[in-house]
Order: sequence, then structure tokens, then C-alpha cells
Amino acid sequence: MILEIKNIIKYFNGFCALMNVGLEVEENTLHAIIGPNGAGKTTLFNLISGMYDVSEGQIAFRKKPINELRPHQRAELGIARTFQIVRLFGHMNVLENVMLGSHCKTKTGLLRTLFRISLRELKEEKTTRENAMRWLEFVGIAQKANQIAVNLPHAEQRLVEIARALSQDPDLLLFDEPAAGMNPKETVDLESLIVKINQMGKTVLLIEHNMELVMEISHVISVLNFGAKIAEGKPSEIQQNPAVIEAYLGRKR
Amino acid sequence: MDYLTSVVTIAGINIIMALSFYLPFMTGQISLGQAGFMSIGAYASAVCTVKFGIPYVPAVLIGGICSAMVGFVLGLPALRIKGIYLLLLTLGFGEIVRVVFINIDYIGGAAGFPGIPYQEHTLLYAYGMVLILIVFFNRLRKSRMGRACQAVGTDEDAAEVLGVNIIAVKLTAFSTGAFIAGIGGGIFAHYQEYIEPLMFDVMHAVELIVFTIFGGIQIFWGPIFGAFVLTLVPEFLRIIQEWRMELYGALLVLMMIVRPQGIISLDSVWSIEYAVRRLFRIKTTGVLSPSRTEGK
Repeated sequence: MILEIKNIIKYFNGFCALMNVGLEVEENTLHAIIGPNGAGKTTLFNLISGMYDVSEGQIAFRKKPINELRPHQRAELGIARTFQIVRLFGHMNVLENVMLGSHCKTKTGLLRTLFRISLRELKEEKTTRENAMRWLEFVGIAQKANQIAVNLPHAEQRLVEIARALSQDPDLLLFDEPAAGMNPKETVDLESLIVKINQMGKTVLLIEHNMELVMEISHVISVLNFGAKIAEGKPSEIQQNPAVIEAYLGRKR
Repeated sequence: MDYLTSVVTIAGINIIMALSFYLPFMTGQISLGQAGFMSIGAYASAVCTVKFGIPYVPAVLIGGICSAMVGFVLGLPALRIKGIYLLLLTLGFGEIVRVVFINIDYIGGAAGFPGIPYQEHTLLYAYGMVLILIVFFNRLRKSRMGRACQAVGTDEDAAEVLGVNIIAVKLTAFSTGAFIAGIGGGIFAHYQEYIEPLMFDVMHAVELIVFTIFGGIQIFWGPIFGAFVLTLVPEFLRIIQEWRMELYGALLVLMMIVRPQGIISLDSVWSIEYAVRRLFRIKTTGVLSPSRTEGK
């Protein structure tokens, strides 16, 4: 088990966004989280990546409790994520954005930047660049490496974000609605990309509203509604689950 | 000639100060305390040379280190706050430093600190420091820490999720900025031969912000250019006498309307780099700057 979440509760000033949610993500699975808007999916991601603190409960990554860790420490452990609304660094070019992913795996500090005491700094910069380039080729936008990130079309910005997350060399990837705003062709490409990432041995946790995509590629699906988990299982089971149908479509009269 | 030399020297010191403001600014920290740090460097180095007879270079370095240490301590609470609140905190800090210096008799108090040995090669030292800073900022731009600084300045939360230790980055940038300001103060003190707390008031810190915004905030050439030009312009405007400062002000207003991103933007730097590359037919390696022809 790569990620184990036990009974987490998250309050925002008295509003309970997540109520006693538990989640177990197995190694190398493609695990989807679905649910209507406001169900608490992104809040869950923010708790896992450390952007929010949990109000109560336990989050463990490979049996190590990570509740107290800062986001960058969790990144070092091997958790990477993308955002629902793309968050690239505007003034930097695509390659530099992706190179940032190697930050916690490299060392050069301010003094060494100025004095370049050994050749190590130049070598480190070179490997960082090659690593970033490799991931850009992997997601298929290497030819845009020198463009300013914000000038790219939306779908390509998402790919940059995915490449950036991959360059952290994580074991667990959190994708927050990667297909949002993509056209059908782009969605199909994205689908095979996510499968490819998963087949490389990386565990993927995916939030997505595109049901076709979710049902096709995920191994396990968890369903959230109003901050609580209402169902979990294989795609075929979820499609039949009465609680899920009720959450999405309402009760039959 | 002598007059021109002194103006250019002061411009050099202003460039150092503007860059001391720019480094924490890159990480999103706007500091009004740079004049305070400058005065710490100035007084500390002056005490070293006058009271202990330490030579110029180590004395100035000690001034920088003292300032960096104070910067580190101030940086700790400053980490928690941003924007206008950080502005207020650093403003308060600058004032506290001034009042403290006024009340220490050992360094002359309000009467000032006279008799600091004059460094006749200040021009060389000041621009030597500027050169070091240019090398530093240029290397920083294409390095791990530089990218981290920029990322933290743009989107702190996203940077942290990517694995950037934002506390370390911000604290390093803040205290390194204080160090640079301290060096600037040391050079200034040994040029003026006499310093008093009033020289380092908040207006001087505000000037640094004006230099930076006028020159351009996107790249370090902006504050360098801004500091140099805005130090020289009022001097050249002396011929029109009392209208001088009015014109200076009008120039700033006009500038904000016509070119709000500052005189030197990233685009202009890229164009120059591209032209230079074409001119010398340099095959580029590493992170390229985007050019007009690629990918369009």
C-alpha cells in the first residue's frame, strides 16, 4: 500500500469539507476519485500534498505518517501533483518550468552559484536540463521547450504541468482534473499518456469528471459526495452502485 | 571632472543598493528596510576601521556580514507575512535602526560618526562590487536557486508542492539582500568620511523601489539601469535649477503611463541576446531564450 488515509476530517471555519474519509491506494494502481462538484476531491488532494493541514486523522505514505511534513518534504518523499487550474510559472520558459521539478533532488546553493567551486554545479545543471528535456519529449512537447509557458495553448500547458510533476521522479502522482478544458482528440491522447505513466510503475491518483475516461482506464474508483466516501470498487461495480447513481442523478420516484 | 566622478561613484553605490532590494524582491518580498541594512553595514565597517584599525576590504565585508545576520533574524518573522504587511514591518525596522544609532554615543549618536578614513579608489571598489553582482545575478538566472527564487516570487504554494523549501529560499534571499546592502553601506561610509543616522532614512529605501520599477522588475538589468540613470538625471537637470525635481517627478509619471513594465523588460534582453548570437554566430547550448522565429 503506497498511501493510506485514515478517518481524515477537514474543517474550514466550521464547514466540514471532508468527514471521516478513509482511502487506501495500492502500489502501481490507477486509482480514480470521482464525485459531484464540491464533494471534497480537491480538498483531499490538498491534504495529501500538504497544502492544507488535516483537522483530524492520519495520512501515511509507505507506512510513514506525513501529517506533520511540509509540502516540499512530501515532494522529496515522492509525491507529485498537478493542479485543477494550471499553475505554471509565467515568466519562465517551458523547459525552466520542468527543470524546477528537479529542485529537491539537486543541491547547488547561492554561494556555489556565484563561485562555481567545482565542475559539479555545471554538471548538475546539465543533468537537470537533460532530465527535463526527456520528460518534455515523453509528453510530446519537446519542440516548445523554449517558449514562455503562459503563451502555450491550454492543453499543452497541462502537458507541461504533467512533465514538471514527472521530473520530480515521484512514486505517487496526483492528477487533478487533467482533461478539463480539453477537446476529444486531446483527451484521448491524455488518456494513453496517463496509462503509459501508470505502466512505468508509478501510482496514479486521478480526479476526473470525464466518466468515459475514468471508466476506461482506472483500476479502482472511489466516489465522494458531500465530504464522505459513498462507494469504492471496480469501474463496473461503481456503474451499478445505487448510491452513486443517486448522488449523480437523484433518487428514483 | 571630479564632480562627475563623485556622481558616478554614488550611482555605483545606488546600483549595489538597488540590487540588494531586488534579490528579496525576486522571491516576492518587498523590503523598505534596505536603508536600515545599509546603515548597519556603514556603521559596523566604520567602527572596524576607526576604532580597531582593520583594513578597508575586511572592514566592509564585516559590515556586510553584520547586516546579513540582522537580516537573518528579521527574516524569520518576515517569512510569515507578505505584501503590504511586510512593507510595514521593514519600514518599522528601518526606523528602529535609525533611532538606535541616534542613541548610541559610542558611534557619535545624532551628531554623526566623523573621521572615517577616505577610500580614494571607491569608484573602483563600487563598480568591482557591481561587476561581481552582475556575474552573480547572471549565473543565478540560469541556475537552480534562481529558478527557485522566481518560482517562489510567482506562486509560492505551487513552488512548495514542487519541492522547493520556500522558507530556506526566502530567508536566504532576504539575508543575502541584507548582506549586499551592508556592503553598499560600508563603501558609502568610506567615501563620505562622515555618516549620520539621518542619511539612511526611509526615503532612501523608497528610492530603491523607484529605481527598480523604473528600470524594470523582470530582470536584474532593470534595477541596475534604473539606479544609474535616475542618479545621473537629476544632476544633469541642474541647469534648469528649481524645476529639476518637478521634471524628475513628471518623468516618472510619464514613464509609468508609457512603459509600466519598466525600461528594460525580458523581451528587450532576449532581443539583445538573440542579436548578439546572430552577430557572432554562436551556437547556443543550454536554456535558450525564446526568439521571434522559433515555434511560431
